Amino acid sequence: MAIFLTADSRVIVQGITGSEGRKHGARMIAAGTKLVGGTNPRKAGQTVELAGQDVPVFGTVAEAMAGTGADVSVVFVPENGTKAAVMEAIDAKMPLVIVITEGIPVHDSAEFWAYAVAGGNVTRIVGPNCPGIASPGKSNAGIIPADITSEGRIGLVSKSGTLTYQMMYELGDIGFSTAVGIGGDPIIGTTHIDCLRAFQDDPETDAIVMIGEIGGDAEERAAAYIEKNVSKPVVAYVAGFTAQEGKTMGHAGAIISGSAGTAQAKKEALEKVGVRVGRTPSETARLVRELMQAG
Amino acid sequence: MDLFEYQAKELFAEYGVPIPAGKVATTPAEAGQIAAEYAAAGKGTAGPLAVIKAQVKTGGRGKAGGVKLADSPQDAEEKAGRILGMDIKGHTVHSVLVAEDTDIAQEYYLSYLIDRSERTFLSMCSVEGGVEIEEVARTKPEALARIPIDPLIGVDRAKALEIVQAGRLPAEAQEGAAELAERLWAVFTDEDATLAEVNPLVYTGDGRVVALDAKVTLDDNARFRQDWDRFADASAVDPLEARARAKHLNYVKLDGSVGIIGNGAGLVMSTLDVVAYAGEEFGGIKPANFLDIGGGASAEVMANGLDIVLSDPDVRAVLVNVFGGITSCDAVANGIVSAMGLLAERGEQVTHPIVVRLDGNNAAEGRRILTEANLPGVEQVGTMDDAARRAAELAAAAAKGA
Repeated sequence: MAIFLTADSRVIVQGITGSEGRKHGARMIAAGTKLVGGTNPRKAGQTVELAGQDVPVFGTVAEAMAGTGADVSVVFVPENGTKAAVMEAIDAKMPLVIVITEGIPVHDSAEFWAYAVAGGNVTRIVGPNCPGIASPGKSNAGIIPADITSEGRIGLVSKSGTLTYQMMYELGDIGFSTAVGIGGDPIIGTTHIDCLRAFQDDPETDAIVMIGEIGGDAEERAAAYIEKNVSKPVVAYVAGFTAQEGKTMGHAGAIISGSAGTAQAKKEALEKVGVRVGRTPSETARLVRELMQAG
Repeated sequence: MDLFEYQAKELFAEYGVPIPAGKVATTPAEAGQIAAEYAAAGKGTAGPLAVIKAQVKTGGRGKAGGVKLADSPQDAEEKAGRILGMDIKGHTVHSVLVAEDTDIAQEYYLSYLIDRSERTFLSMCSVEGGVEIEEVARTKPEALARIPIDPLIGVDRAKALEIVQAGRLPAEAQEGAAELAERLWAVFTDEDATLAEVNPLVYTGDGRVVALDAKVTLDDNARFRQDWDRFADASAVDPLEARARAKHLNYVKLDGSVGIIGNGAGLVMSTLDVVAYAGEEFGGIKPANFLDIGGGASAEVMANGLDIVLSDPDVRAVLVNVFGGITSCDAVANGIVSAMGLLAERGEQVTHPIVVRLDGNNAAEGRRILTEANLPGVEQVGTMDDAARRAAELAAAAAKGA
């Protein structure tokens, strides 16, 4: 089963003719993704060769959906055109849109999120500024390396890209049902809670790993959600214990303002509802390993 | 990017948000001169002549003694002399705003910000202004109205009126406050701000509504479509941070002694934590910086990163923590080898120990390349936790030796 992205998912890339779109499009095909097309209004009707496969280019998302039956779009369009690209996918009623592009102004993210809500939430948005979704052995949509892990029964949701890779690699022998990189921006589409809900309902997921970082209160909200709604075991890691107030650490959302958003507050909120929280990524992986082996 | 009050007020003025007249001074004499202009224009006859306000990007200026009233040009010069150079929560005061005094009848609060949990914009408004708004939120949450703003619709006059009424502003101030709120929304959206805050918003003795203070944070991601060079603030930027920015490196200077280089914001943030934990054992050794060299980790980027980190005089040891994902570890290892070569070519001696932890794709090959290169001062450690411990230990030993 996996969540959001399965072996049957039919994926297109918005911005498929750009260097990032081509590079990662080819990697997705190599990972077994059904990459059925892409868009670029100036190159409609052409094809791009990716990993030895001719991939058709369409002018619009609507045309790509009509022509290929696509139900997932991965957006690599540069930051000055991302908002329009996402809104176009929402207009086309694309079921899942994964926004990889980083450096998007938060006013743009707020607008396309509001647009998705106004459209009745027909489109699930993941990101922006995220590594995408990987369901190992089934499909890979985004930039998560496919060859660092294996198929298994751990579900992973994370604000951070490289920490996701680190965790998938350390637990590669146990394997993952799906890993979702939700991104670390102040406004994101799919949240920790959305993923927790989907993993709880997924019969192929036995345990959930949640990776958070400083800023905002998403982890605290996730803790409240876990207490009421998640019966599967959850192990968490939070980055940024030693971060200083007012200093942004790479992700636009990773900033402590006042007493809000500290790693300590997040850890305490999670532990209070029975979530085991690792002090380091390795310790977190060890906690998951113990849990899965006790099975 | 946070703006100084005077810069935020420049923006306010461009958008027609009413503010008291004011000018910036960097010397006491200048402050005196500005106050003399106000006196010559007949100001200050019924009350103080001017307000001297420290320009620092932190709150609590008033409590720290960074805001003072002046009765005469001489007084303004003297007060400015006391404020300039002052340290407020680690921020040195390099300039003061000399503003005309305002006859305050009532003080309110108004802001626009991002509501992360609701994924939208929010306006906050309260009749209780002038104090720390966190305090109002904590002690009297009912006094602070929170009005969600639909990003697709924005704030027109009707919405602005709804905001100030929700904040329970008195009837006589509502019209002026709503007009100001509508213009403040234009600042917030057109300038790609993530925060536009007025505290206090003032109702004056003669019935006007003005923004007595101004706090604006701009979204760095919007730089590509905004012209913000005029807000550049050389004095407040750490020189190493400025150098790193010129090389497109994501670097933040911290106060410890272990230089950190890693790929990915989350992994680097996590590396800082792990080093600080390990450092407890060695008398409180801490990370010296945050540096994310991104996914690619090419030789040139690695060389630039090492160059920046090694230029920090506080650094005693360096930890390179890279996870090979898209870029495999052999490429990263080759990057480190050529980076050391590049630094040698530039004539920069690497005198500090460098601990390298490589993990992920093709890690064995990456480690072999580094072992064979046998670079002076470079040692490899297998896990992130052990590497952090070793780097902290080396930094502590170097500090003792120094």
